[in-house]
Amino acid sequence: MDSPPPLSAIKDAKVLMVGAGGIGCELLKTLALSGFPDIHIIDMDTIEVSNLNRQFLFRQKHVGQSKAKVAREAVLRFRPNISITPYHANVKDPDFNVDFFKQFSVVLNGLDNLDARRHVNRLCLAADVPLVESGTTGFLGQVTVHLKGKTECYECQPKPAPKSYPVCTITSTPSKFVHCIVWAKDLLFAKLFGDKAQDNDLNVRSGNASTSDHTEDVFERRKDEDIEEYGRRIYDHVFGYNIEVALANEETWKNRSKPRPIYSKDVLPERLIKQNGNMDSASATDNPSSVSAMASLGMKNPQEIWSLMENSKIFLEALKLFFGKRGKEVGNLSFDKDDQLAVEFVTSAANIRASSFGISLHSLFESKGIAGNIVHAVATTNAIIAGLIVIEAIKVLQKDARSYRMTYCLEHPSKKMLLMPVEPYEPNKSCYVCSETPLSLEINTHRSTLREFVDKIVKAKLGMNLPLIMHGSALLYEVGDDLEEDMVTNYAANLEKVLSELPSPVTSGTLLTVEDLQQELTCNISIKHRSLTLCLCLCLCLCLSLSLSLSVHRDVWWWDFC
Amino acid sequence: MDGEELTQQETELYDRQIRVWGVDAQRRLSKANVLVCGMTGTVAEFCKNIVLAGVGSVTLVDDGVVTEAALSANFLIPPDESVSKGRTLAELCCDSLLEFNSMVRVSVEKGDISSFGEDFFSKFDVVVISSSSLATKKLINEKCRRLLRRVAFYTVDCRDSCGEIFVDLQNYKYTKKKVDEAVEFELKYPSFEEAITTPWKRLPRRMARLYFAMRVIEKFEEAEGRKPGETSILDFPGVMKKRQELCEEESFNESQIPDYLLERLVVGTREFPPVCAVIGGILGQEVIKAISGKGDPLKNFFFFDAFDGKGIIEDISNPDAAS
Repeated sequence: MDSPPPLSAIKDAKVLMVGAGGIGCELLKTLALSGFPDIHIIDMDTIEVSNLNRQFLFRQKHVGQSKAKVAREAVLRFRPNISITPYHANVKDPDFNVDFFKQFSVVLNGLDNLDARRHVNRLCLAADVPLVESGTTGFLGQVTVHLKGKTECYECQPKPAPKSYPVCTITSTPSKFVHCIVWAKDLLFAKLFGDKAQDNDLNVRSGNASTSDHTEDVFERRKDEDIEEYGRRIYDHVFGYNIEVALANEETWKNRSKPRPIYSKDVLPERLIKQNGNMDSASATDNPSSVSAMASLGMKNPQEIWSLMENSKIFLEALKLFFGKRGKEVGNLSFDKDDQLAVEFVTSAANIRASSFGISLHSLFESKGIAGNIVHAVATTNAIIAGLIVIEAIKVLQKDARSYRMTYCLEHPSKKMLLMPVEPYEPNKSCYVCSETPLSLEINTHRSTLREFVDKIVKAKLGMNLPLIMHGSALLYEVGDDLEEDMVTNYAANLEKVLSELPSPVTSGTLLTVEDLQQELTCNISIKHRSLTLCLCLCLCLCLSLSLSLSVHRDVWWWDFC
Repeated sequence: MDGEELTQQETELYDRQIRVWGVDAQRRLSKANVLVCGMTGTVAEFCKNIVLAGVGSVTLVDDGVVTEAALSANFLIPPDESVSKGRTLAELCCDSLLEFNSMVRVSVEKGDISSFGEDFFSKFDVVVISSSSLATKKLINEKCRRLLRRVAFYTVDCRDSCGEIFVDLQNYKYTKKKVDEAVEFELKYPSFEEAITTPWKRLPRRMARLYFAMRVIEKFEEAEGRKPGETSILDFPGVMKKRQELCEEESFNESQIPDYLLERLVVGTREFPPVCAVIGGILGQEVIKAISGKGDPLKNFFFFDAFDGKGIIEDISNPDAAS
């Protein structure tokens, strides 16, 4: 049998892979086997143990090393003669500009976040390079193809934004376990162990504007305060006192079942610490990362759903261990799903709150998944998707436009199909990314600052990374390394001003131009002033700018409160 | 279920997949023994998948040596001749697979699988056959079916940019949670022989043509005494004749098995790596479902053709076969 020559379209191709994780490992392997001679790969991450169940190019000994570099080494072992160029970097880095992207015949994404995907989409449009996008979760996956002017771009159909919850639901009226997790993680954990200077809604309460000074002291540990007493004091304050205060407001509970206050003396009448003060349950030379309340209390099963009492023990023990063993970190900590003690604390706190509100309790394993936004993943789906990506990539290289397909990998067959190909759609004429459609924004120009506009609209909503904002010929704001000092000061001052009070005032009828030079994206936004509408929800809470949901209705947006 | 907890090492390593199929399923996987015959590129993908998933053991059978065709699609084979010299495909793949998951026992069994007795097959929960003749497929399938224990049987073959999977779970009972209650399902699978003797004109009109094309090639190779995949363009006329014969026997319209499809399969005997990844992935999922008892298993054929990109399930059972 003669060996067929490699497809000529492949042998001259230079491809860029973005992502060397679950999809990336499978993709790099399949590209190499398929005869691709020149592959570049960008990934900013390092290898973790939880990757090893599917990112098969990595071994235990590689934990901590760059994914892009290790992936390359592993593949060269079975294809020593191909060229693989790894970049241990963030694809949003300005080095990866339009000229960088222009050198590739096709770009293949194996990313796990919307932000980076949008950024790459824009660079590919600017460079006019075809993009093959993909994603997997559990048994589901899809591969899509994007060619400028010929098919939809990645952003032609708006992608759902990550779920967020109204502040009042989190602080006062949780109804689902996830609300309790968000409370435990973003409020209680942050308050006790995070940056004290940060605003925190932990004590925001309905109608009570004068949350008096004494609450400032509640969360601070008093000098030489016994650790267990401190723990119980916090416990009683958040699970007992705060609930009693909330209950006092009858309106809130008219149509909701009332929570019950929980006090530590009722759940744990006896003190946990038998001896005084000493951390004698573990040695003084404990590795901070192995400190664990579960281990300390002899609880081994992360799948077990603990009782209220067990959760309370974990709560107090975790708090004690943070202050006792990791005291230096207190005040600087942010929640990390791989921080065992943090996960234990958040799980127990969420469970106690859930117990109070009649919401079902969850195991540490489940809680970690929710708090850490963990995506469940298996090797097989990634392998299937990688195969499909290469098939589309080859079609793109052969410029066989009629054969391009969006392919969906289903868990349950549809019309006998587990793999369902669909023809790509034409570009959306109202897509502001690929079709230069002007946008309108209704906003309160007397209340919203330029900072809010930049952070919430330009960066979060429009997905720009390094924006530039102009009103006519006046530069209101820009980001860059080469700015002169007085410009920087000027911009800093502008950020704090409300729109209508900017040097070049932004009011109803103003047309703003917003650009990201790296993404080569320009958006023209027509501003319309709209007064705040106070939404008095049942709990009578004034939810300020912390909770916002922005709706995209064609190209018009408006602020919704609460 | 078994009362044994997963070890801490397993919990940490398998975290992301436990979130997909649960702890019980993971436990069952860790006790499963899989036999694999024919170390093709697709089978290499499949083995990688089940080793990562954490099955108890994988036993490899393939006394063949390294060829260029093997190297082109199988990433488990080291390209360095000094390393691979004198070693069989099974041995080389075994070495590579052991690196993926230290908790899985991977080993090699030498010999011709058709000569192994029923005792041998009774050690396994799953048997996967690739690149084997029609006779071998039927033989092994029968041996598995005669055992007291239920042994799941699969065949998998990829040619050119097409792939076919066959599944035989015999009488398979499993439960599914519907809303709050657990519902029991039972599926009855035909053997490979029963399935392929289903009269062609009884099959649904809109069916994957790849099924028929593969049967034609299969019969051709059997009649000519060829090893699976041992065909070339010179055989195309012979294959067309076989198609004519079979279609006459089956009173089936020849145009249902297009020339271009047969030509691709006759000429393109080498595997196409992206298809290996797709088929190896689907097969991996199926075997994991069968071992864990979780999820609807496919019944009973799966076809993929990169030309149209469809991955299709066909249920082919002979209503006339004795049950």
